[in-house]
Amino acid sequence: MNDIKVKVKDLSLRYGTNLALKNISMDIPEKMVTAFIGPSGCGKSTFLRTLNRMNDLIDNVTIEGEVLIDNINIYDKNIDVVNLRKKVGMIFQKSNPFAKSVYDNIAFGPRINGISQKSILDEIVEHSLKQAAIWDEVKDRLFNSALSLSGGQQQRICIARSLAVNPEIILMDEPASALDPISTAKIEELIHELKKQYTIIIVTHNMQQAARTSDLTALFYMGDLVEMNRTEVIFSNPAKKQTEDYISGRFG
Amino acid sequence: MDRNVKDTIVEGITGVSVLLIIFIIVSILAVTIVGGWPNLNWTFLSEFPKDGMTKGGIFPAIVGTAVMTIIMAVAAVPFGVITAIYLAEYASEKSVIAKTIRFAVKTLAVVPSIIFGLFGLGFFIGFIGKNMDALLNGGELKWGQPNMLWASFTMALLTLPVVIVSVEEAIRTIPREMREASLALGATKWQTIKSVVLPGSVSGILTGTILAVSRGAGEVAPILFTGAAYFLSDLPKSLSDQFMSLGYHIYIMSTQSSNVDATLPIQFATTLVLLLLTFSLNAVAVTLRFKIRKRAK
Repeated sequence: MNDIKVKVKDLSLRYGTNLALKNISMDIPEKMVTAFIGPSGCGKSTFLRTLNRMNDLIDNVTIEGEVLIDNINIYDKNIDVVNLRKKVGMIFQKSNPFAKSVYDNIAFGPRINGISQKSILDEIVEHSLKQAAIWDEVKDRLFNSALSLSGGQQQRICIARSLAVNPEIILMDEPASALDPISTAKIEELIHELKKQYTIIIVTHNMQQAARTSDLTALFYMGDLVEMNRTEVIFSNPAKKQTEDYISGRFG
Repeated sequence: MDRNVKDTIVEGITGVSVLLIIFIIVSILAVTIVGGWPNLNWTFLSEFPKDGMTKGGIFPAIVGTAVMTIIMAVAAVPFGVITAIYLAEYASEKSVIAKTIRFAVKTLAVVPSIIFGLFGLGFFIGFIGKNMDALLNGGELKWGQPNMLWASFTMALLTLPVVIVSVEEAIRTIPREMREASLALGATKWQTIKSVVLPGSVSGILTGTILAVSRGAGEVAPILFTGAAYFLSDLPKSLSDQFMSLGYHIYIMSTQSSNVDATLPIQFATTLVLLLLTFSLNAVAVTLRFKIRKRAK
């Protein structure tokens, strides 16, 4: 097992008075794929969004506990959320490219960080698109609108866009749930490739996807972390009956 | 009463109302066009009024209206956009400040336009202008009297709600996913507004601007005390000069002229010019919005 990249200690989250996450603790290793599974509303996406403080945007959310990334608590008062989010990128369920050209989508992150020299931007754009395995498909239409691409291509543009700011961790919130099987396969291949360089945390509805792509799997249920272990253990020999029931499709 | 009879009656009443409205609109257009079109020519558009305003053209009124609306837009649009950004992005829905601003905007939208005129007279001319004269000109009268600048500012106040409402609406149509995409890349809130939210709201900003312009171009009451002149033999040369305006010109031609009958053709033609101006501005707004929405899809 690789070194620990993210260490969560006793994390609880409330929407108003509603307890959505209950005392979650877990260790997430570096440069591996960790999958969160569980039925709708179990808290897996909410938990994912605590890792880059995306829940800050929602009114009425209170969080207790700690999330340590490289041993620094990201909920500390003097943490700069903007820097945190550069380090922890995010891919959303619905692909959300900006209504700009492919090039401007990828260059968005570098530009807000003050990079304006064209040769550097060109290089970042090309490198990021290659990393996201979409360079060959879009290299001749870099200046067309990203919205003119197919759903699967748009999602890989979004992945390239987040790679362009050099993150260390990439959070993926059901990145393939709106895609056809071929596009899904491409995203999964990509995840496999990206974990060599990045720590990847993926929320998925699709258990086969978790089994195929991840090294570790965590099952959430009603705001609790039920069980977390190496993926092959979770799928072949889970410690808890609840996990076995979920894996075998008896609930959820 | 039989339900079917009631149904027929309701259908009849609604149908008649629609016909009535169409009749009114067609009448206004027909009367204006029939009365104004024969008198509309290049001389009319490009010359000053002559012979006690019973002959000649309306050139200074066209220029005055155009310049006044431009200054108005320059004042109202940035102010309105900034307010809309605050309301949509920064203020929490339940905060007292946001509620107060919303209440103020709604109130502003229903204040009779003559009140804006009086406010402009009291505030811009009587207060700001007089104090500017005292400080800058040693008390000599320059800004403390009706002029182009104060009239434009007064009109800007009148049109501000239109801008705020349409821009805020546009900002709110930007999906949350777009903001999240930007924030997740490490953009600050302002960077997100500047590079994602505002570019996506261009159509709303344009619509608000042009609606404001077409409203401001036609209004008379706010500029009555604040800058519109009965007659000027020269075009305004600075912001502290008075100006002529199309709407005010129609008003004085029809009520203040020494020979109302003789000016009738001029009145019709001026009205036609004003209608064409506001209609075409509205048409531009509709077309622009349509084009931008289509491009966004």
